[in-house]
Amino acid sequence: MDFVKRFSKNYGAVVGAIILGLIVLMAIAAPVLFPVDPWRTVAMPLLRPFEDAQYPLGTDMLGRDIAAGIAHGAKVSLLIGTVSTLVAVLIGVSVGAVAGFYGGIIDDLLMRFTEFFQIIPAFAMAVVLVAIFSPSITSITLAIAVVSWPGVARLVRAEFLSLREREFVQAAVVVGQSVPRIIMTQILPNAMSPIIVTASLMVATAILTESALSFLGLGDRNVMSWGFMIGAARTMLREAWWMSFFPGFAILLAVLAINLIGEGINDVMNPHLRGRKQ
Amino acid sequence: MTTDQRHMSEPPLLSVRNLSIRLPEGFDREYAIEDITYDLDPGEILCVVGESGSGKSMTANAIMGLLPELLKPVRGSIEYRGRDLLTLPEEEKRELRGRDIAMVFQEPLSALNPLMTVGEQIDEVLLVHGETDSGVRLKRVLELLDFVGLPEPATIRNSYPFRLSGGQRQRVVIAMALALEPSILIADEPTTALDVTTQAQILDLIKRIQRIKGMGVIFVTHDFGVVADIADRVIVMEKGLVVEQGTAEQVLNQPRHPYTQRLIAAVPHGAAAGGSGAAVHEQAPLLELRDLNKTYRTGGGLFSKPRVVPAVQHVSLTLHRGQTLGVVGESGSGKSTLGRIIIKLLQSDSGQILYHGQDIAPLSQAAFRPMRKRIQMIFQDPFASLNPRHTVGRILTDGPVANGVARPEARQRAEELLALVGLDASAYGRYPHEFSGGQRQRIGIARALMLDPDLLIADESVSALDVSVQEQVLRLLKEIQERLQLGMIFITHDLRVAAQICDDIIVMRRGEVVESGPAARIFDAPQHEYTQRLIAAIPGKDWNPRQVIESLQEEPSDVAHASPASRTLRWGTADPAA
Amino acid sequence: MMSFTLQRVMKAFVVILGVVILNFFLIKMAPGDPAVILAGEAGSGDPQFVERLRAEFGLDQPVLVQLWNYVSGVLRGDLGFSYRNQVPVLDLILDRLPATLLLTGAAFVFSLVTGILFGVLAARNRGNVLDSIITTLALIFYATPLFWIALMAVLLFSLNLGWVPPFDMETIGAGYTGWRRALDIAHHMILPVVTLGLFYTAIYTRLTRASMLEVMGLDFVKTARAKGVPKRRIIRRHVLRNAILPVFTFASMQAGQLVGGAILTETVFAWPGIGRLMFDALMQRDYPVLLGVFLVTAIVVVAINFIADLLYRFVDPRIAIA
Repeated sequence: MDFVKRFSKNYGAVVGAIILGLIVLMAIAAPVLFPVDPWRTVAMPLLRPFEDAQYPLGTDMLGRDIAAGIAHGAKVSLLIGTVSTLVAVLIGVSVGAVAGFYGGIIDDLLMRFTEFFQIIPAFAMAVVLVAIFSPSITSITLAIAVVSWPGVARLVRAEFLSLREREFVQAAVVVGQSVPRIIMTQILPNAMSPIIVTASLMVATAILTESALSFLGLGDRNVMSWGFMIGAARTMLREAWWMSFFPGFAILLAVLAINLIGEGINDVMNPHLRGRKQ
Repeated sequence: MTTDQRHMSEPPLLSVRNLSIRLPEGFDREYAIEDITYDLDPGEILCVVGESGSGKSMTANAIMGLLPELLKPVRGSIEYRGRDLLTLPEEEKRELRGRDIAMVFQEPLSALNPLMTVGEQIDEVLLVHGETDSGVRLKRVLELLDFVGLPEPATIRNSYPFRLSGGQRQRVVIAMALALEPSILIADEPTTALDVTTQAQILDLIKRIQRIKGMGVIFVTHDFGVVADIADRVIVMEKGLVVEQGTAEQVLNQPRHPYTQRLIAAVPHGAAAGGSGAAVHEQAPLLELRDLNKTYRTGGGLFSKPRVVPAVQHVSLTLHRGQTLGVVGESGSGKSTLGRIIIKLLQSDSGQILYHGQDIAPLSQAAFRPMRKRIQMIFQDPFASLNPRHTVGRILTDGPVANGVARPEARQRAEELLALVGLDASAYGRYPHEFSGGQRQRIGIARALMLDPDLLIADESVSALDVSVQEQVLRLLKEIQERLQLGMIFITHDLRVAAQICDDIIVMRRGEVVESGPAARIFDAPQHEYTQRLIAAIPGKDWNPRQVIESLQEEPSDVAHASPASRTLRWGTADPAA
Repeated sequence: MMSFTLQRVMKAFVVILGVVILNFFLIKMAPGDPAVILAGEAGSGDPQFVERLRAEFGLDQPVLVQLWNYVSGVLRGDLGFSYRNQVPVLDLILDRLPATLLLTGAAFVFSLVTGILFGVLAARNRGNVLDSIITTLALIFYATPLFWIALMAVLLFSLNLGWVPPFDMETIGAGYTGWRRALDIAHHMILPVVTLGLFYTAIYTRLTRASMLEVMGLDFVKTARAKGVPKRRIIRRHVLRNAILPVFTFASMQAGQLVGGAILTETVFAWPGIGRLMFDALMQRDYPVLLGVFLVTAIVVVAINFIADLLYRFVDPRIAIA
């Protein structure tokens, strides 16, 4: 409750939460609002925005409804953003926890492995992975997860390294608690806030990566996505600015909203920013 | 005696008048300091003493204009040479800082810029105060480094701070402060972060430069021993108020205010306990260490050589039930490593740890786990040793539950122990942040006792506490140890504390035991040169707080509890018969 | 010093070897049998011919032998052959690499300089209007897809305002030489560099600001104030130098991501670099080129990190013993 109260005092975070809420609503309501498949031609090609009240954001060169595309595209962005982050966090936490808790050679090996993945240019790697495993929601999600876990692993490792040396963890060892129990009940809960903050910012990055992949034509051909719409509009820039403007703006809003929320969580959870009371 | 009587001729160097600094909302009191009035005369050392939260550093920072932005002086004045420092424009204040008034801080490790050589940092003081000739500055830097007792000024000038020890860095900070021969030096707990022998050197240095330069020094400290060593005059602060003010002689030997009396009564006095352990020595030892060794290797990577630091070397000792053994040493002596090896938080390289005759050193963590409950530890930091996300109840019962006791049963035991350590049973459902440092340390003690251990390891368990709380916790520890007839290893950097609670003491330096024996013998007649140095370095040797309290008790005044120690030890005497 | 350099060379080599091995397995997993594709290119689907090709390229040998052949091939500079373009992959890449290095190098410098500048400005004016403007803009650009901002920039500055050319690296067919050509390229570079760099500018701005504020709270800054050092000098000599170190560390790690971002920028601006090459390879399903570009990108990144590691020792005296 305390968390909600402090969070709601953060102006930016509240705005972010409202925007994200609207986008989620739009994704859920898309089949109702725009029952027609967004891939289908529904009107004259290249209708300008606000020209026809039924197609407020205009149509593309094949007469597809831009507004419908944006509403349906929200689903893919949110889905891939969230799921890939969950996978990445899972991998990152596991690797980081083991490395940080055990230290020594295990830590050394795992960190070399992590550094290796961190040093390889993430986006290029994602492009190659998706291209080779052929584009689908699954391959895109996994590719994004594969390139984004190292950050979490390093963070969790650092947290574990420092928490492991904390006296309350040593006390748990001394009273005879088992290692899994110590990790789960003593260390992990105390490492949770930075993990949550990082994860929320990772969702934003994942959405950007997904849109960039679909922009390059590496999107799932069965679902409409914002990045694909911009990619398709690239060659039509001169003739139809609205084709690329609106989907891009949607991405900007979604990512901005999530970043605002992430920063809000960070402000609330980071005690050193709060007025410390004795 | 008032200020006027002492120096009729000279006006005070600095006058603080009715200074009040308001705290932001949400604190437990309205003012950080309230209505503070004092003078500083040229050539005197004025000690400001108090416990944490007393506001003792606040005037020092206000004089320098270094208060955090949230804290604003709301009333009063600080007059220096006819000018009120509180209303002075920033640029004029900046001119004064470093030239007229200089400051030395508590943490020498963080007080220096890590990316500038120490020479550059001293040079900067001269530069920003208008010395444009670099040749003159260089000469002065070398002079200063030499003056504060740093070896080879020409070389050390080009060193970065991370290359220097804590004591050396503090000397650099002092050199910076002295660069322009200020008339006032403010020292905010300048020796608290240092080892006792280093502390003695720095105190000597400050006294020496004060005498030579005739500066007025404001020395902020929590340690009455330090006060006894250097103060001309003393101000005692409690919760933002000055409760007592007078000459060192007055405040130390005839304290009038009950708070001052209480603080002095709590000063660890090094009265060795002795006696009680002798009878138990007949039995088989509880713990025996034989030639224990541990070396740290750090930074060894795939392509790099590790750094090797021997932490514990050839340590042997014996501990019986009912005996308290002190392990005393400065930082880097390996005393904490030793404690962590015994409790198997660290693995030894070689040697035996015989616990009830069984060597536990080679046991794996899994094999040792069933035995863990018999050997428990009380940690140093009352804030870090309790999981902030667990209730006190959870913290206490986790151990028994991990050892197969049902939670309700463990709860009953927890409530008994909370009562034993002097806490209310309602503590069970509360979280650590709701307790003070001393209370948390009591919780830590209760946790250690939950598993009915027969061996307790207390690692600097009272070091983080204020002196009055420290005294209470020490008393509790001693009481419990005697009542339950535990074997206790008491690790500390403070010989006074060790002598007060321990039967026997071993003194460690760089991983080796340099001397061991009964506490009284070590304290009164140290054999090893290093132990002698340690004891000589204890601040306040020539002042006996026990005597002060006893003489006060003869008068009908309301002095707080005096410690029930069996016998008193004279400071500075070396009589082996005592 | 020598042993340190040697250490880093070894480390870099191990990483590159790792990428090469990873690349090999990715090639193995790429869709389609190379021999069949090759046979198809040669206009023959004859199974015997396919078998012969397979033997010729060693594809019938155990995986480890193939790996060894591949690794030793790469070490000799053989990155495979582009059947679409009928040229060795390495030639294609080397031809395009300078353009990418120019673009990403310029974007790196641009983003670092502007990022640090804005970050310092914001931190110095903490809580003021300027701080709010800078942090808000940084937040927005941090959330903007860089391919979209590139398109929007083309739309506004090239198509509508006509200030800068929208595509290519230089005016095709103009035949400029010397300074005239350099100027022409610089003119073409403005949009790609700025749009690629803006996202990173936002990152470095936020990072610099946070780092500055953190350092301002450290003890040695208080020491400097107690010495009577003027505020501007404190910022310059004490805060900035310490605050900038983590920014540099992060930036050197991010340099690789910049090369990844170049794929998008080069695609939008038809910039003739390896990013554009990668996009074309994607369109043509030219896997040897795709993986070759990936490998070269990784090597460039390892090289940048290696250089940053060495430079770091001169900036931070504490590294010397670590």
